Amino acid sequence: MVKKILARAYVGIILLILYAPIVTIIIFSFTESRVSGGWSGFSFGNYISLFQNAKIGAAILNTLIIAVVSAIIATFLGTLAAVGISNMRKTARTIVNGVNQIPVLNADIVTAICLFLFFSYFIDGGYVTLIISHVLICTPFVIMSVMPRIRQLNPNLYEAALDLGASPKKALFSVIIPQLIPSMISGALLAFTLSLDDFVISQYNRGTDGIDTISTYIYNNLKRGLDPAFRALSTLIFLVVLGILIAINIRSKQANKKNGGNLN
Amino acid sequence: MTRKFSFSLSRKHFAVPYMAFLALFVIVPLVMLFVNAFMAADGSFTFANFAKFFTEKTGLLTFLESMLIGAITTVLCFFIGYPIAYILSNPKYNKTTVLIFLFILPMWINFLLRTIAMKELLEMLNVELGYGTILLGMVYDFLPFMILPIYTTLTNIDKSYVEASEDLGAKPMQVFFKTILPLSVPGIVSGVMMVFMPTMSSFVISDMMSNNTILLFGSRINRYFTNATDVSQKVGSAYSLILLIVIGITVLLSKKLNKNQVPAKGGDLW
Repeated sequence: MVKKILARAYVGIILLILYAPIVTIIIFSFTESRVSGGWSGFSFGNYISLFQNAKIGAAILNTLIIAVVSAIIATFLGTLAAVGISNMRKTARTIVNGVNQIPVLNADIVTAICLFLFFSYFIDGGYVTLIISHVLICTPFVIMSVMPRIRQLNPNLYEAALDLGASPKKALFSVIIPQLIPSMISGALLAFTLSLDDFVISQYNRGTDGIDTISTYIYNNLKRGLDPAFRALSTLIFLVVLGILIAINIRSKQANKKNGGNLN
Repeated sequence: MTRKFSFSLSRKHFAVPYMAFLALFVIVPLVMLFVNAFMAADGSFTFANFAKFFTEKTGLLTFLESMLIGAITTVLCFFIGYPIAYILSNPKYNKTTVLIFLFILPMWINFLLRTIAMKELLEMLNVELGYGTILLGMVYDFLPFMILPIYTTLTNIDKSYVEASEDLGAKPMQVFFKTILPLSVPGIVSGVMMVFMPTMSSFVISDMMSNNTILLFGSRINRYFTNATDVSQKVGSAYSLILLIVIGITVLLSKKLNKNQVPAKGGDLW
């Protein structure tokens, strides 16, 4: 019993420390004072200026466009690659898997600099360079998410489709892909969140007077102090994510009850 | 069997687009980094960029400092995070998944905003920014990356191992140190890598949490490129190459460590 109380207290204290800064952001999102800690009266000013500031709006839009486009490309490219890799001979597979790990394991700043050096010879920074670099960091995670599912597939199904006269392309899209969809969705979600959270790679490849994402906008405008509108943005993001997680939790609990087993 | 001998689109060819993508955007840029690192400002071959690493204060010393900060962060995250993962995965203390969600939730808020929030909170409390606050900021940002893989490994441990050791007369302490801890090594290795690798090269957190007074290795590299001259970019490339080699060695070491272990689910991200 004492053990249980101690365990609960420990988890509680760590959660308290983890959430203290977030709670501070939320509280001070309702005052317009530039420095948090200064309270200049309750107002929704930050929320209003968040929606009126065209630059912040553009940064949010850019972040979403880049995340959605990169997630879609990475999912497509990664799923095809995972199917291909799992059918390679051992040596070829080891080599491709090894190179595939480089963007995952490498320090963000080294990946960013490599791409920066490369792009500086060929194209100006902008949407194209940002999407290519985000696809690069996201695709390995899609492969990691799809690969275990491929290993569980029945290999005879593809052969059967070919024997029944389907072309390889047709067999891929109507036999293999449909069985991979759940793992593709979780890969795409992972890619989307990775792209949203990226800062270093975007900062290096956005071009000298290129477009801003949320991260680069915050960083490049920090000298004047954080725009209080971002406290409003953080609060909104937090509430949305909290809502999604609660919804998922409730749904999986209902699914659990229906199946009578533990699905997580 | 005729299909095998005629040239046709087989399944392995589906990886070709991605292989081309990797060659163009991973291999070629790496080669360019390598070439740059050995290049003088006028384009001739030189070792001078690497010599700078050993002679200048921005080099080896800063690098060791960054490794040390990364290592301390990792150790702190381990000692704070392991008990959390253990408690959350143990049905005796926790039966729901709500708490683990609470630990993942902050990861969805942009890490710059989280770090700034932590810094503003510390400033409100009049804490002086320095090494201590850098460590706090890093542990704060990376703790979930330690908790998650260990939690996954712990929940996947076959309970019969634990029961067996209890049946054979092990005391609770012995059960933990001789059964549970060794079985969770894959998760620990994975967590250690996910914390150590980004912290030793990160520059944003240390810049912010020290008000730009303590510049770690990542910051030095970043500065060589942001206030770029022809020379500084070459030195920055050499520094990046050194970082890359150290990362490579760390990865190989961790793979070796994991290979000696009983394979468990969930810890195989690295």
